[in-house]
Amino acid sequence: MSQYLILIYEDEAPFEGPGAAEVHAEVYAAHMKFGENNGPKLVGGNALQPTATATTIRDGVVTDGPFGETKEALGGYYLIEAADLDEAISIAKQVPAKYGAVELRPIMVFDS
Amino acid sequence: MPRTQTEVAAAVAEAHRREWGFVLAATVRVAGNIDRAEECVQDAYAQALQQWEARGIPAKPGAWLTTVARRRALDLHRRDATAQRALPKLVPDELVADVAEAVGGDEIPDERLRLICTCCHPALAVEAQLALTLRLLCGLSTAEVARAFLVSEPTMAARLTRAKQKIAAAKIPYRVPPADELPERLAAVLGVVHLVFTTGHTAPVGADLVRRDLVERALELARMLRALLPSHPDVAGLLALILLTDARRNTRVDRTGRLLLLEEQDRSQWNQSEIREGLLLVREASDHRPPGRYALQAAIAAVHAAAPTWADTDWEEVVELYDQLCAVWPSPVVALNRAVAVGMARGPAAGLAAVDALAAEPELAGYRYLPAARADFLRRVGRADDARAAYLDAIALTDNAVERDFLESRLRSLPTG
Repeated sequence: MSQYLILIYEDEAPFEGPGAAEVHAEVYAAHMKFGENNGPKLVGGNALQPTATATTIRDGVVTDGPFGETKEALGGYYLIEAADLDEAISIAKQVPAKYGAVELRPIMVFDS
Repeated sequence: MPRTQTEVAAAVAEAHRREWGFVLAATVRVAGNIDRAEECVQDAYAQALQQWEARGIPAKPGAWLTTVARRRALDLHRRDATAQRALPKLVPDELVADVAEAVGGDEIPDERLRLICTCCHPALAVEAQLALTLRLLCGLSTAEVARAFLVSEPTMAARLTRAKQKIAAAKIPYRVPPADELPERLAAVLGVVHLVFTTGHTAPVGADLVRRDLVERALELARMLRALLPSHPDVAGLLALILLTDARRNTRVDRTGRLLLLEEQDRSQWNQSEIREGLLLVREASDHRPPGRYALQAAIAAVHAAAPTWADTDWEEVVELYDQLCAVWPSPVVALNRAVAVGMARGPAAGLAAVDALAAEPELAGYRYLPAARADFLRRVGRADDARAAYLDAIALTDNAVERDFLESRLRSLPTG
């Protein structure tokens, strides 16, 4: 078994606009369903507060905000366990990301 | 029976061309990863050079090479197991045992479908898929693959290394995808083989119109897929398309290298055995409803192959086939080809109208065949000045010397107004 991180990148606007409450409810329900369907494969996962709450530290200098103005921002992640990339893809395809996309990255394993 | 060095060198070269992909594919699972499998296969070919001279050339060179390469892989595993007991195993013990048994056997299963599905995995960039397929299935050296795509050898070496690292790090599986995923994955495989063919058929840049080496590799890959998936209509369609297009290979330029249009080609010089084989495959592929993209493209090539002369071509049939193709594979490039066929079936004014209807397609911006087709219809309806401007547009977009010469000669032949 290998571990993969599924990074969820989405447009933040729908989560902040006038219909935000419905969007939150709908996305929450979709993630609950994803969790029910893939429980045994999930090692961990979290939703993140929006980029407006982010703090950047570079060379010791603290500034607000994320690195750049991108339309889609990291909004959450899952850490999963899968036999190979194809299984990881089949799980990642089920992750709700209707306002963006997900990125799938293998976790690096260091030889001890 | 001992053999001369020359005989053995020729036999090994032949085995390299014909069996590399088979031997490598059969060795990957034993070796545990592609890099190590390549080393073992290289080693087996080196041993063949020595041993075949003393012992004679085996009846089944591929089986001999596979056995030697797999034994080498097993030896390496044993060495690893002794030296590095702490490391996790790449290949489970039971598989090693299983293969150890199989190494002695006569029947070696053909694993090339696994290998090509791994090489053409959608998680890899298309250029990496192409490079891996030519390197691993066709056995081209890194230098040869670099030459095929006109990049430097270090660039290609880095591309191949990155792709193999991704296969290992992301764990792209070495297997034939399950039935529910196979159609999508096979489409990627066929796309890569088709791209090898089109890259060879009309080289994107360079002095020669055709890169014969690539065309032959594409044909070999398509034949391999046909042998592995004999009842798959898209495989039959792609092989038919390659055969029927390639049948015209020797007539596409004249002795001086000038481009000859379908209209000008000497049809008596078309390769009749490729046409016969292609026509049978088209019939088979077209039996499936609806026919797929390659089957329809092959059916269009078949109409040309069956026409005794350019004038006798059934252009309405070609237009009808393009209509079907637009339905299964909507693409502005297909629509442009359809527009050209409309011009042939219904006259240059109708063709011009069909081409102009596509002028706003963003995907066709910068596509050299759009202004080239427009120029031809403008020339034929007698609008010389507009034709001149369109030829100049097309020339500016064309990097193939043979195609550019053709457009320039057409430009020169326009009446001056």
